[in-house]
Amino acid sequence: MSYLISASYLVAAALFILGLKRMSSPKFARQGIIWAGVGMLLATLVTFAYPNLHNYGLMMVAIVSGSILAWWTGKKVAMTDMPQMIALYNGMGGGAAACIAAIELLELTGEHHGGVATLGGMENHLEEPVLLEVHILAILGAIIGTVAFSGSLIAFAKLQGWMNGVIRFSGQRAVNGLVFIATLCLGIVMMLQIEMAPGSREIVQAFFEPEILVLFFVLAALFGVMMTVPIGGADMPVVISLFNALTGLAVGFEGFVLGNAAMMIAGTVVGSAGFLLTQLMAKAMNRSLSNVLFSNFGSGGSGEQSEISGSMKSIEAPDVGVMMAYASKVIIVPGYGMAVAQAQHKIWELSQLLLKNDVKVKFAIHPVAGRMPGHMNVLLAEAGVPYDIIFDLDEINEEFSNADVCLVIGANDVVNPDAKNNPDSPIYGMPILNAWQAKNTIVIKRGQGRGFSGIENALFFADNTRMLYGDGQAVASELINAVKELA
Amino acid sequence: MTPIEGFLALYIFMLAAFTGYEVISKVPVILHTPLMSGSNFVHGIVLVGAMVAMGHAETPLELTIGFIGVFLAAGNAVGGYVVTERMLEMFKSSKKEDNA
Repeated sequence: MSYLISASYLVAAALFILGLKRMSSPKFARQGIIWAGVGMLLATLVTFAYPNLHNYGLMMVAIVSGSILAWWTGKKVAMTDMPQMIALYNGMGGGAAACIAAIELLELTGEHHGGVATLGGMENHLEEPVLLEVHILAILGAIIGTVAFSGSLIAFAKLQGWMNGVIRFSGQRAVNGLVFIATLCLGIVMMLQIEMAPGSREIVQAFFEPEILVLFFVLAALFGVMMTVPIGGADMPVVISLFNALTGLAVGFEGFVLGNAAMMIAGTVVGSAGFLLTQLMAKAMNRSLSNVLFSNFGSGGSGEQSEISGSMKSIEAPDVGVMMAYASKVIIVPGYGMAVAQAQHKIWELSQLLLKNDVKVKFAIHPVAGRMPGHMNVLLAEAGVPYDIIFDLDEINEEFSNADVCLVIGANDVVNPDAKNNPDSPIYGMPILNAWQAKNTIVIKRGQGRGFSGIENALFFADNTRMLYGDGQAVASELINAVKELA
Repeated sequence: MTPIEGFLALYIFMLAAFTGYEVISKVPVILHTPLMSGSNFVHGIVLVGAMVAMGHAETPLELTIGFIGVFLAAGNAVGGYVVTERMLEMFKSSKKEDNA
């Protein structure tokens, strides 16, 4: 039986890695998640055959209730709310890793160590000695998992709109640092208050008080909360990705504690992949990870705003319709504003009309369009836009100069030329889409206000830019009608 | 289960870490969100650990923590799968409209 379980875990781990590999290509991504799903199912089923397990009834209740709840929420959630759902499920994983650590640490304080008590002659897994390094990993996994748990829940609450604003106070960093150090100290106390078998690394008995264990978890959870509350909504995707990596690491560590190869491999793979993904995201947003975690965007360093000369010139939808219908190439730059207005379906309808008229239509996606890198692609995919007319910043930036029309809808900072030209701008250095290079740039916008970051956009004042005011969805419908009339 | 210890564990840790890094390193930006969601699903494997921990629980306290752990882990795995699958299902190429 033991062989069957080990072999199944091996297969599951391979399926996870192959699945993740497939998920990095749009063509095979769907297969990727299914492969990983098969691996998960196999590993879960075979775990029921683990030797000497009890509490099967309650275990089934926990699995079924957790699954139903997650299934229901996962099916129901709108695509725009995806980031916070990922945060929520990730927090659950971190919490589970912390629970495993809590049980392992509790068992160590119990009296059945040293090979004395076995219930009804049954073999007890605690008979296996706990090595010092395993004990340390359990404590580390407990800290990381708990921080990921409470931090993810805060991230979820913030993105869900349950917790508005950022909470900041003076000396916050010092207080956070103290909480973290206190957590570490309690961890070290638990690490030291053990009795070792002489001449080996085997632990016979741990004698820290249960109160220390409780306080340890409370402080770790508090730290997760405190490190997340000062972070603003725009930076949240990077933080969620970081917590995702941390949960992976915690799962990996607890895998080593339990001697469970599937958890070790899957957790460690996700841990390292997650850290890389976090860095890629931070880079796409032109922020370093430490910047996201320790500095407060928008509060300090609001650079000098250069006076922008010129004025915003407005245009009406029928004129834009003519412009696009007779263009040979149109590039559409969607931003999160488009998703908020739920205009993506109309925009795709408009694109299909143009494509029929032999207009080349391409979508240009900035890495931080949407609420996290790749989120806009999901929203466009939901509307039915095929991925092969959607292009990354690097792929399409050269093409703006030979586009007849660039249609910017619900995007602002990602097309602000200040990021390139004005060293005083707070967004200076951020890679942007060269929308101003198109022969005509049309910006669909609700009103004349500033964007998400409150920065004035020089593009809107450029000579070849026209502003098309109105709600994204309504304007898109007007454009569809305008193009239809011409056909 | 055969315990995996000492340097063997370190070898596994190192190889798995490199594997994760390599697997992700060539991912296009358009798949960042689904991939984050997918890797979120993969660490749902914590479910098997939670099951083992709960299955070995002896005191009511351990059992309660185990129950919470299994509940949370099942939520991680199932929720992660559902949202990832929903996102990836929508990625279609314009060339193959037939199996849409």
